[in-house]
Amino acid sequence: MAIFEGERLDEARSIIARYPEGRQRSAVMPLLYLAQSEEGWVTRDALREIGELIGVRTAEVEAVATFYTMLRARPTGTHLIAVCTNLSCALRGANDVLLAAHEATGIAPGEDLSDDGVFSVHEEECLGVCEFAPVVQVDVANHDRVTPERMREIVASLRAGDVPEPARGPAVESFRAASRILAGLEPLADEVATT
Amino acid sequence: MSGTRRVLTAHWDDPGVIRLAGYESAGGYRALRTALGMTSDELIQIVKDSGLRGRGGAGFPTGMKWSFVPRDTGKPTYVTVNFDESEPGTCNNRELVEREPHALLEGTAIAAMAIGCHLAFIYIRGEYLWQGQILQRAIDEAYAAGYLGRGVLGGDYDLDIVLHRGAGAYICGEETALLSSLEGFRGQPRLRPPFPAVEGLYDSPTVINNVETLMNVPHIVNNGADWFKEVGTEKAPGTKMFTISGKVERPGNYELPMGTPMRVLLEEYAGGVLGGRAIKAWTPGGSSTPFLTDEHLDVGLDFEAIMEAGSLLGTGAIMVLDETDCMVEAARRLVEFYAHESCGKCTPCREGTWWASRVLGRIEGGYGREDDLPVMADMGRNILFRAFCALADGAVSPIQSTLTHFMDEYEAHIREGRCPATGRGPGAAGQTEPADVTFATTGPFEIQGAPS
Repeated sequence: MAIFEGERLDEARSIIARYPEGRQRSAVMPLLYLAQSEEGWVTRDALREIGELIGVRTAEVEAVATFYTMLRARPTGTHLIAVCTNLSCALRGANDVLLAAHEATGIAPGEDLSDDGVFSVHEEECLGVCEFAPVVQVDVANHDRVTPERMREIVASLRAGDVPEPARGPAVESFRAASRILAGLEPLADEVATT
Repeated sequence: MSGTRRVLTAHWDDPGVIRLAGYESAGGYRALRTALGMTSDELIQIVKDSGLRGRGGAGFPTGMKWSFVPRDTGKPTYVTVNFDESEPGTCNNRELVEREPHALLEGTAIAAMAIGCHLAFIYIRGEYLWQGQILQRAIDEAYAAGYLGRGVLGGDYDLDIVLHRGAGAYICGEETALLSSLEGFRGQPRLRPPFPAVEGLYDSPTVINNVETLMNVPHIVNNGADWFKEVGTEKAPGTKMFTISGKVERPGNYELPMGTPMRVLLEEYAGGVLGGRAIKAWTPGGSSTPFLTDEHLDVGLDFEAIMEAGSLLGTGAIMVLDETDCMVEAARRLVEFYAHESCGKCTPCREGTWWASRVLGRIEGGYGREDDLPVMADMGRNILFRAFCALADGAVSPIQSTLTHFMDEYEAHIREGRCPATGRGPGAAGQTEPADVTFATTGPFEIQGAPS
């Protein structure tokens, strides 16, 4: 079954329509996010279908998909835990947070997917929330001043099927849900004020 | 330099300005109305007169950048907002948009009018998930209220703004890499010239501005160029957003006049060094700016003064390290970052950052060799100014500045096999195996025409 058919195909066309006519290639990143939201990661089928949608070869799409870390070119857990270990976070104890993430999810250091497919852990470069270091993103939602204990709590609550409340912004239930937001398809829940 | 003033953060105590109604009651979109009644030349002139310089790192005069855009090419012109904010230690653009997203749209719209642009893009880093939603909501509100779309405010000027999300690549903050990414390619930098002002997005004249830069523009239109120059330094007027993080009591984003001494930011705003310890080193403008030390606390935070002290103002992102922190570890983490983020286009960057991170890791882990230090210095020289874009140069900053200011700490690591600051010995930070690399110092390659 194709990824882009029915409603998904309509969404893909709306993404392409954001860009000027003849510039449909600009839609490759949001289309990859949309495919990722359907499949959990960027599959070969997604690369091929997106190439057909925007009129470029599969290899060209693959070249883009493999350049960016938030486009996952390999199977990825239901929840993606990104732990920043860059300098500001390292100075505030990020190393122990990363170790706690690996321990709590059972993912060996150097690996990034748990055996049950529930978690991926990724050592992240700067997440741009340096004033609240050390920081973590769970499914691209922010958690501030995370201690190893808090990291273990977050993993436990995800395992129990709960979504931990992020430090700012609405909760994001999974990496797929985050990818849909990244494709620009999920406005904030409250209504738009018109004055 | 004189006085304090809050411009970009003036409404931070008012949670209502996140929405259109609140922004309008705080005076929002007044500048847009004024700008609609001004010519393109008048808009460029007032920004030129204000002395506003780009806040993204390079400090290029904004009005001059706008004036470089040719208007007679028969091609469309584009404004592209650089909201990739990925320089480690930097997060003021994030908070500016979280709190007052319409201010960015208003600044973007005025920039668009100045260069005759009818389609602007905001390139936001992927990690700013919620901030992108806030911005999209603001865009939708602005369309509904007639500030964007066909016939802005009932006139005959059309403007669309499209939000484009990145996907985790530091290099996309480099303006030509950003354009490649926005066009749907790998985010790799392009050769300049041609500069984006002449041949940018879709081969058309393009202005690329940072978020903080554009947010200053409505205030300049509202209050005039002279008002803008009342604070800051002569060569760098206005206020600047500083992010201070690491070992301080109150990390955060602070708006201060350009030229404010680091000591004032550190002690009066950030509450001093964490736990009352002594400061050891700090970056003035993020990971790509050379470390300064406790000797530089009275240096003013502006482009000229920081450069005179041997570093760069960069993004105004100050990361503070105290006496208990290891400078070799700090350098290793930053160089690893550059190794990870190198786009792979240029050999000195792709290979040099990786090997340098290995050697630093070896020293940090307690397995350093005597000839590692000249090798490090040599690698720095052979990376600097030898790659396409400034990413590689950024990687050299932590190497060269730690060698300059903390040579004794490197030597102690190698001599004692442990860090004199942390006491950590062999195996520190997971560096359990000596990296299997050997080097011979070659001296810098002589490249014709390369700056030395």
